[in-house]
Amino acid sequence: MERIPILRMGDLLLVTIQVDMHDRLAMQLQDDLTARIVSDNAKGVLIDISALDLVDSFIGRMISNTAAMARVLDARTVVVGMQPAVAITLVELGLTLHGVKTALNVEKGMALLGKNFQ
Amino acid sequence: MSMKDYADRISQTILDQEAAIAAEWLAQLEALLVRSNAAAREQLRSHCQQFLKAFAGATRSGELENIEHRSWDEVRDLLSEISATRARSGSTPAETATFVFSLKQPLFSRLRDAFTGDADGLASASWTINTLIDKLGLFTITVFQKTKDQIIVRQQQELLELSTPVVKLWDGILALPLIGTLDSARTQVVMENILQKIVDTGAIIAIIDITGVPTVDTLVAQHLMKTIAAARLMGADCIISGIRPQIAQTIVHLGVNLEDVITKATLADAFVVALERTGATIAAKRTA
Amino acid sequence: MTFDTRSNAVQFETPLLDYHLAWRTGRVTLPLRTDEDVVGLRKQVRERAVAIALSLVDQTKLVTAASELARNTIKYGGGGEVHLDGLDDSMRRGIGLLFVDAGQGIPDIDSALRDGFTTGGGLGLGFGGSKRLVDEFDVDSRPKEGTAVLIIKWKR
Repeated sequence: MERIPILRMGDLLLVTIQVDMHDRLAMQLQDDLTARIVSDNAKGVLIDISALDLVDSFIGRMISNTAAMARVLDARTVVVGMQPAVAITLVELGLTLHGVKTALNVEKGMALLGKNFQ
Repeated sequence: MSMKDYADRISQTILDQEAAIAAEWLAQLEALLVRSNAAAREQLRSHCQQFLKAFAGATRSGELENIEHRSWDEVRDLLSEISATRARSGSTPAETATFVFSLKQPLFSRLRDAFTGDADGLASASWTINTLIDKLGLFTITVFQKTKDQIIVRQQQELLELSTPVVKLWDGILALPLIGTLDSARTQVVMENILQKIVDTGAIIAIIDITGVPTVDTLVAQHLMKTIAAARLMGADCIISGIRPQIAQTIVHLGVNLEDVITKATLADAFVVALERTGATIAAKRTA
Repeated sequence: MTFDTRSNAVQFETPLLDYHLAWRTGRVTLPLRTDEDVVGLRKQVRERAVAIALSLVDQTKLVTAASELARNTIKYGGGGEVHLDGLDDSMRRGIGLLFVDAGQGIPDIDSALRDGFTTGGGLGLGFGGSKRLVDEFDVDSRPKEGTAVLIIKWKR
């Protein structure tokens, strides 16, 4: 089955979601990320959703769960690049993504995670 | 006499007497023209001629009741064009419908001649033509209204674009002064604009200044709250500034929860807060 | 649940099947049984929404609502199908989606519509939330017989 690739940069894990995910794929990503946080001793996770034109309650919960699990494993998560239409829809849907830090783009996301690149 | 026979006789009458019918019709319309200059008269004449030709062609097809039928496509297209042109140049819907209705008189007098000695036939034909022209007249009114609506929508959009300016106050800080009354539809568009500008400029703070907004109702307040929630989901934040005493009263009265939103009385105050949030400060120059 | 093998139609009789009969055009019926079906539906709804020039936000709202309800059909309805219709009432155009399954039904629709409510079957946020994303929303559900959910979005 296809998997969403996870890149590693030092103690940071980077995921760029570029496909329209079906539920199983989203669950697989959640499992993979959690496993990699442990195996790579990651301290930060950056999830780039700038290519996603849709985030529904399942994907939203996947993101929340991933962030929660990361926190338990002593890593911080930042979600970047949420499109305005998606944000408006999530607000209307009532999904708050509490406990998930967000940033406008990868650069700002990295800054939030304490990684500044000159 | 079958419907087809009527149709043939009517269309033949029109074709035979086209010039005379057109002249009479034109004379009636010119009498109603408010602005009678050569260009207006010329356009009118052109419209009349085109319409008569199309009308005759359509009646010849035999369909005299259903103007949505294929054979009336050309007539409807022509009427749409005429109606739209008049809508854009400031005619009233009544004037445009009159264009069609005033064809009755010249047509009826020609029909009288064509059906001499056949009183029943004349009555039938007259009634058919009467109803037909009524339908066409009503059609012009519908088209007229649609065109006017389109013009209004376009004007509204242009107005909307003018009234949601965006000012980049500093790196990462946007100011969005909202001006004028905010209705539900407008607020939604403004909302989407604000969020798009945040993405486009990479702003992390958007100061929404409502000094220029006279009243805020529940719907508008809700939309503002949703905008702020959406901005936060995206990774930015909003400050509301310019809340005048009356609006503050309304907001409290409506029970809108502003607990986790920063609000400031003036844009300047909001700017200072925004600067602090982005880690910048304003320092006075030391004089030697 | 039963699938009629001749027409592959879901066996749940509901008056919602006749919704806005006079305004419907271009019906496409899609099966909802697997995760991939949900993704396929999202694509089709997006295409239709773009075709009638819905604003980007309205497109996103409709596709999201469709995704939620499709998932419900599969997870709690045991699978079913969705009818995707173009709507035209001669004044405006719209899109209608009718989700039908012959599954367990929703025991308490009002509770299910309240956000975050889970019956253990877990309809959760998507059901009530979807209602806020669309212009028209209707449900017909009978325990042990099935569920039909209708959503409509009009071009503003």
